[in-house]
Amino acid sequence: MLFIWFWLVAVMITAYVVLDGFDLGAGILHLFIAKTDQERRIVIRTIGPVWDGNEVWLLAGGGTLYFAFPLLYASGFSGFYLPLMIVLWLLILRGIGIELRMHLEGTVWRGFFDGCFALSSILLAIFYGAALGNVVRGVPLNQEGYFFLPLWTNWRTGADPGILDWYTVIAGALALIALTIHGAHYVAVKTSGDLNLRARRVASLLWPALVLVTLVSLWATLSIRPDALTNYRKFPMLYVIPVAVALSLIAMYLHRRRNQDKGAFLASCAYLIFMLVGAAAAVYPNLLVSTTDPALNITVYNAAAGSYSLSYGLIWWISGMLLALGYFVFIYRMFRGKVAA
Amino acid sequence: MDSALLIHRLHFAFTATFHYLFPQLTMGLALLIVVLKTLALRTGNEIYNQSARFWAKIFGINFILGVVTGIPMEFEFGTNWSHFARVTGGVIGQPLVMEGVFSFFLESAFLGLFLFGEKRLSPKGHWWAAFLVFFGSWLSGYFIIVTDAWMQHPVAFQRAADGSFQVISFWGLLLNPWAILQYAHNMSGAVITGAFVMAGVGAYYLLEGKFTDHARVFVRVGVIAGFIFSALQIFPTGDLHGKYMARYQPVTTAAMEGLFKTENGAPMVILGQPDEEHQRIDNPLVVNKVLSFLIYGTSTAEVKGLNEFPKDQWPTNIPLLYYSYHIMAGLGTIFIAVMAAAAFLLWRKKLYESRWLLWIIMLCLPLPYIANTAGWMTAEIGRQPWLVYGLMRTSAGYSKYVHAGNGLFTLLGFMGLYTVLAILFLVLVNREIAHGPSAATENVNAGNPYTVA
Repeated sequence: MLFIWFWLVAVMITAYVVLDGFDLGAGILHLFIAKTDQERRIVIRTIGPVWDGNEVWLLAGGGTLYFAFPLLYASGFSGFYLPLMIVLWLLILRGIGIELRMHLEGTVWRGFFDGCFALSSILLAIFYGAALGNVVRGVPLNQEGYFFLPLWTNWRTGADPGILDWYTVIAGALALIALTIHGAHYVAVKTSGDLNLRARRVASLLWPALVLVTLVSLWATLSIRPDALTNYRKFPMLYVIPVAVALSLIAMYLHRRRNQDKGAFLASCAYLIFMLVGAAAAVYPNLLVSTTDPALNITVYNAAAGSYSLSYGLIWWISGMLLALGYFVFIYRMFRGKVAA
Repeated sequence: MDSALLIHRLHFAFTATFHYLFPQLTMGLALLIVVLKTLALRTGNEIYNQSARFWAKIFGINFILGVVTGIPMEFEFGTNWSHFARVTGGVIGQPLVMEGVFSFFLESAFLGLFLFGEKRLSPKGHWWAAFLVFFGSWLSGYFIIVTDAWMQHPVAFQRAADGSFQVISFWGLLLNPWAILQYAHNMSGAVITGAFVMAGVGAYYLLEGKFTDHARVFVRVGVIAGFIFSALQIFPTGDLHGKYMARYQPVTTAAMEGLFKTENGAPMVILGQPDEEHQRIDNPLVVNKVLSFLIYGTSTAEVKGLNEFPKDQWPTNIPLLYYSYHIMAGLGTIFIAVMAAAAFLLWRKKLYESRWLLWIIMLCLPLPYIANTAGWMTAEIGRQPWLVYGLMRTSAGYSKYVHAGNGLFTLLGFMGLYTVLAILFLVLVNREIAHGPSAATENVNAGNPYTVA
């Protein structure tokens, strides 16, 4: 059952990255590909009715994590205190940037909201990447299962790391590039004319960078966490996942060259999904590893809530999520097609 | 008090208090918008639809501020109260994730349709979108109340070997009697905010002589809802909640009422300043025997005073608790008086011309916000010194590895950011009110994301 809850949390986080990822990507590109007020309005409209629902996956994912693994939630959220608070501020800025823009006219007001939207999207992508990098690298957990990380120390991985070090900076760059491309594919699907062309161009230009940074991050991960392959060696079947990542990248390239926007977007979804699934498969059964002593690792076994609530939880949680999926299908169907000028 | 503990308490208190300024209006307004949409369907009168559209805009601004200030609340259990989160996650993790799974997805899906999808949907379809937004927000409120009620009155749990709490009954937790009473009282409070805001804006338009057709609808709907729910707020919801509290948190009741010594036929203190040092109320204005009657139904019953309880179980800030409670109860009484007078004149068909009362209704607009805030302060300050009543102290729950310096840094950050949000909010709402309800029809397509090729 712990195995199931581990994967349910992983699915929630993956869904969040894939769904809110294109909102963030659209935000990152906002100032660069949309030049006029009308174009900027269109970019916002491409995510208008869905971004709020996409962000709910973060809340529901965080809540599921809290429900299933209270120790991880308590330790991780207090240890990553500073970056999480910054993420909260950025989420606030993004929300008002998207939603309040249409309520006020005038170049200065709109410029203010566009700036909030773009800047918060860029920084959120970097922080999310760095956060994932921190989980993979590990943190200095103490005897009680807690830790506290400053924003940076000496930029080295090791016993006394900061939130930002050379490794997590690479992870941040990977997330920034991957989500920018993801957003570009999405905007291309939802728009026509100049915006569509500019979005396609961004995606083509960044593709080599994405391949490069994917390889660099793979090398970096294996050099700081040689044990990352333990599960893969035990179950060689898992090597399907990195192969799927490579295939997604190739599919992305081919669809882009043939200007198949939907195909390229789906390939980009697949890339994000397999990257995250690959990371989750490497980490299990650990949830947060200790850089000081492996005996202090937080695992699914020592972090889980009581078995009554977890087994009862499967019933209502799965029914609730099926309902939620129903709303999503309904809303995305209502919103299908390209956004008009 | 340990300064880190103080900072973490202020951090949660500040962000929660600011957050709840928005949901109390959206939950109340959501019900009133459903009423307006129903009237529009029933009568076919376009004024009701235009009114609903105007309030949907105010609702939209409040909703987005409620969303962005609400996200930090879910994080703060872990960031600022990590030990509490760890020990109680096996219980309160459940209502918190249920809120996400059952309410947030529902609300986020139908909010966009409700705000922008009117042209795409049939009138009935749009009524359903409004109803589902209302339903989702009220459901959301229930899960939060379940969480708080468990902290006030823990039920349906057992303690594991390491001291952590685990649920042993799914329905026992969800149907905690405390939660049901608190929910009734709280939601009625939210409708009072919605009703006073709607009636207050209507009164303002009538006094200005603008948008008078819509303004009469606002005043009528606001006054009727305000009268019904101001009454429900005191009886039965407030009355039952107060009695339940006196039974399970008698020391809190004594502190709220300023009752330092046990008395038979205890008086109710209307005004006066609690003097902790001399254990008495200064400058008291009291009504004899009323407190005994309110709690036990007989004017001679004994009500336990603070002297019956060890000092380490007293609420930690008795004067603030006493004032919060008295402000809440005092304002609740004023609401009844204002709304009863307004409802009487509405019935006599004189309200729209009674400028003196329209002035009063307009000036009362901010008061329900104060009353709701004071009510929550009564509940939460009254719970002290406990996080989980009687079982886990507040001083045992905060994140001890997040030092006061880091906590103060982010508290100041939130204060700055929320000041910006408050200014934006006032600018935007002021602008919508200046535009008025007639203009609401023209703007329905501006920025409408559902306009697709």
